[in-house]
Amino acid sequence: MAGPVRDRIVITGIAGRLGRLVARRLHRLPDVRVVGIDRRELAGRPRDIDHVRVDLRSKKARDVFRAGDVKALIHMGLMHDPRSSTEDHHSWNVQGTTRLLEACAQYGVPKVILLSSANVYGPRPDNPQFLAEDAPLMGGQSFPAIRDLIEVDMLTSSFFWKHSQCETVILRPVHILGGVKNAPSNYLRLRFVPTLLGFDPMVQVIHEDDVVEAICRALDPGVRGIFNVVGPGEVPLSTILRELGKPTIPVPHGLAKSLFGALWRGKLTSFPVPELEHIRYVCMVDGSRAISELGYRPRHTLKETIQAVQR
Amino acid sequence: MRVGDWLKQQLFHWVDDQLPSSFRAKLKALPTRQNEYGYDPFGFNRDDAKVAALIARFFHHTYFRVQSHDIARVPSGRVMLISNHSGQLPFDGIAIAGSMLYDCEQPRIVRAMIERYVQTLPFMSYLFARWGSITGTPENCRRLLEDGEAILVFPEGSRGISKPFTLRYQLQEFGLGFMRLALETKTPIVPVAVVGAEEQAPAFNIKPVAKLVGAPAFPVMPVPPFFPIFPFPTKYRIYFGEPILFDGDPDDEDEVLEEKVKVVKNEIQNMIRIGLKERKNIFW
Repeated sequence: MAGPVRDRIVITGIAGRLGRLVARRLHRLPDVRVVGIDRRELAGRPRDIDHVRVDLRSKKARDVFRAGDVKALIHMGLMHDPRSSTEDHHSWNVQGTTRLLEACAQYGVPKVILLSSANVYGPRPDNPQFLAEDAPLMGGQSFPAIRDLIEVDMLTSSFFWKHSQCETVILRPVHILGGVKNAPSNYLRLRFVPTLLGFDPMVQVIHEDDVVEAICRALDPGVRGIFNVVGPGEVPLSTILRELGKPTIPVPHGLAKSLFGALWRGKLTSFPVPELEHIRYVCMVDGSRAISELGYRPRHTLKETIQAVQR
Repeated sequence: MRVGDWLKQQLFHWVDDQLPSSFRAKLKALPTRQNEYGYDPFGFNRDDAKVAALIARFFHHTYFRVQSHDIARVPSGRVMLISNHSGQLPFDGIAIAGSMLYDCEQPRIVRAMIERYVQTLPFMSYLFARWGSITGTPENCRRLLEDGEAILVFPEGSRGISKPFTLRYQLQEFGLGFMRLALETKTPIVPVAVVGAEEQAPAFNIKPVAKLVGAPAFPVMPVPPFFPIFPFPTKYRIYFGEPILFDGDPDDEDEVLEEKVKVVKNEIQNMIRIGLKERKNIFW
C-alpha cells in the first residue's frame, strides 16, 4: 500500500451506521489508517479506508492482524437481527468474537474496544434506579436473544483479565438514538407508538454522536475497563413520545404480550415480545465512571438526542 | 394537543386552586434536582407531586385528622424516618409524608422506600415514582441519602402492614438493612410511632391466597366491605423521637447490628405506649 506507514485501527461492523460514523471520524486523523471488516458492502467508502469483505470467523479476517501493525480493534460487528436463527446468531457473535480476540492476543494488539450495551443488565422490577458496572448481567433471563451479547461481553471481560498487556475496554451505552436502525430508534420512529397501559418507566437515551465520542475516548492510551455510557439524563418514556409528538396506543400488558406474539409470528413486526419489558421496567445505569475515568461528557442535550431519531 | 395532556393540565390547575398559595410557594422553593423536562433521576416531578400533596392533605387534614408531636425534632439534611407499619394499606406512609409537608415549618418531600412488587402493578408503578417514592433497594437508598433527602423506612415491611388485628401495636421483626445504610452514610435516625393506623382495617391475612395471586399479602376483613379498601377514619397520632446518630461498622455481624436496631425499636415501642395511654378514643 502506498503512503507513509501508519497505525491501523480495525473496525468490525464498519458498514453499520455507527461503524461508518466512527470510521469517518477516525480516518481524518493523520497517523491512523482505518481497516473495516464487514460482510456488507461499505457504500461511499473514502479511498483511505480499507475494507475487507469477509466473515468475522474466516481466516481472512485473521490475516488482517498478521502484519502486527494493528493499534486497536473496535469490535462493533455484532449481529442483532431478531429474525435470524439462534444458531446463526450465536455462531457469528460468539465464535466471531472468540476468533478476533485470539488474533488480538496472538499478534499483540494493544487495545481492544467492545461496543456492548446497557441492555445486558436487563429491565427488571427490582433493579436499582442506577446499575453500576459490577451489577449482574441479567438481561438474558427474560430475553434469550440477548444472551450472546452477554456471552460476548463476558468473553471480552475474561480476555481483559487474561491478557493484561492489552488494554481492553467494554462500553455499555444506554439506548442509542439517531439514524441507527436499532430497536429503540425504530420504536420511536413508528407512526403510532404502542405503549403499555399504566407503565411509564424512566429511560436513558444517548445520541449516536456521543457514542462515537465515547469510543474515540476509549482509544486513548491507558484507558481500560468496563464503562457504562449514559446520555444527557433520564426521562419518562411518555416525555420522549410527547417531545416527538407521537400518537400513542396504550395496551394492557397481558393483551400486548399475546398481540405482539401473534404479530411476531405473522412477521408483521420486528419487535420480539420480550422487548416489551423495556417499556415496562427500568434498566438505567450509573455512568459516573465513564465521566471520571474516560473524561466523557455527552455533547447533545436531551431534546437534541430525542429529536435525532426523526432526522 | 392530546386529550390526555389537556385533562392533565386541567387537573393541575384544579389542584393549584385547592392548595393554599402560601403552601404552593413553599413547595416551589423546595430544592430538587430536575432536568429540562422537570424530572429528577428517580422520576419525581413537582407538578405530579402536587396532586399527591392534595391527596395527602385530604387524608392528613380531614380523614385521619393527623396530630403530630415534636416534628421539629426531624433535622434538616439527610435523615431516616423509621416507623412502625400497619393497617393493610400504607396510609401510615401517606400520613407521615403529609405531616412532613403540612406540619413542618418548611415542607419536605419524604422519599418512601416501596416494595419491589409495586413496580409490576400498572399505574402504581409510575405514579409512586412521580410522587417521590423509590423502589426499596439499598443502592437507591444510599444515593438519596447522599443527596441529603429524607427517607421513610418501615423495617417491618410486609410483616408489619399485613399483620392480623390481634397483633396490633406489637412490633414485628425489624430488618437490619436500614441500620447498615445509616451507619455507612452516617445518617441520623428519627424513630417514628404512628398510633391509630393499627385499627383502621381490622383484617386477617390469608396466606395461601396471597401465594396463589403472587401478592405479598391477601388481607380479608370479617366485616363489610371484607376487603380493606377503605380504612376506618381513625384518628392518627404521630410521635417523632429524638434523632439518634449511631456509630459503628456497617459490615458488623448481625448480632451487633441487632443491638442497635433494638434501641430504635424500643424507642418506637415506648412512644407507642405513651401514645396509647394519652389516647382517649380511637376515632377522635
